[in-house]
Amino acid sequence: MLKGENKFYKGMHDGMAVALGYLAVSFTLGIAARKAGLTLFQAMLASALNNTSAGEFAAFTLIGAGVSYLEVAVTTLILNMRYVLMSCALSQKADNSISTPQRLFMSHYITDEIFGLSIMSGDKLDFKYVFGIIAVSGPAWTLGTVLGALSGGIMPVSVLSAMNVALYGMFIAVIIPPAKKDKTIALLIVVSMVSSLLFSILPGLKNISSGMTIIILTVVISLAAAILFPVEDKKKKKEVVSCEA
Amino acid sequence: MKPNVYVYILIMAVVTYLIRMLPMVLVRKEIQNTTIKSFLYYVPYVTLSVMTFPAILSATNSVISAAAGFVVAIAAAIKGFSLFKIAIFACVTVFILEMFI
Repeated sequence: MLKGENKFYKGMHDGMAVALGYLAVSFTLGIAARKAGLTLFQAMLASALNNTSAGEFAAFTLIGAGVSYLEVAVTTLILNMRYVLMSCALSQKADNSISTPQRLFMSHYITDEIFGLSIMSGDKLDFKYVFGIIAVSGPAWTLGTVLGALSGGIMPVSVLSAMNVALYGMFIAVIIPPAKKDKTIALLIVVSMVSSLLFSILPGLKNISSGMTIIILTVVISLAAAILFPVEDKKKKKEVVSCEA
Repeated sequence: MKPNVYVYILIMAVVTYLIRMLPMVLVRKEIQNTTIKSFLYYVPYVTLSVMTFPAILSATNSVISAAAGFVVAIAAAIKGFSLFKIAIFACVTVFILEMFI
């Protein structure tokens, strides 16, 4: 067993890889924020208060389009709903050694990556370890967003164009590895992408805003999948493992 | 009335924090309902797929470079590269192709 302090340094060490990834991804997020009309300070504030890639990315697009507050709230809710599952899983690994104030603090940093590292760190969740990860990767997310927002004017168009696919590349990196092990997920990805394509080209359907399309398709397809292919407990364990990748 | 950006940011932040915080603080035993568990399990895959395609095709200066970046990212993900590398490969593919388009 490592002592408390060592656990903290181990967390910082493991958090370095996460921080590097965050810098690159949040950089493009900063660019997206400026494109949507947010100021540098607003972009920084949004990242510091949210710590979500897909959620912030979608919200910036919606803000740029000037949609209603409700639409932003519902999209954020749907896009980040996966954190409910992660938060539940983490909570089950946290015993009474983790106080309520500590829970309130670390909840803000339940991201795909920090969840993945934390849940795989041992039988019991160690707050010092999680705090170590957060100490290096949390600020990196906000810093990257600021750098991205600052860069908008000075970066060559070709570099910006290339960086725009970074977030999508990251999404693909999250969904493909589990699809290799689980055919249901592979099927869902194909169905989801084809449906999304149809919603963007078919008359009538294409007038629905991108935010609403995400909500409608996510609820309908996920619910259908939950009914047709209910997840067994065995599969749930596999999911926890795959989150780490 | 023009929407206020700070209100948008506040709404995003509060919704996101509640989603993460409530289970962590309140749910200390496992969810038993299989349908809810399954739904939550599938949500990220569907959401991210819907957000990625076809949006990625209009993310860059050309549909061709974007499509190439998309294919390269999927191939790199199947090969088992890390998240960071997959994102970089997609970017580099777009950057190189756009020098010729």
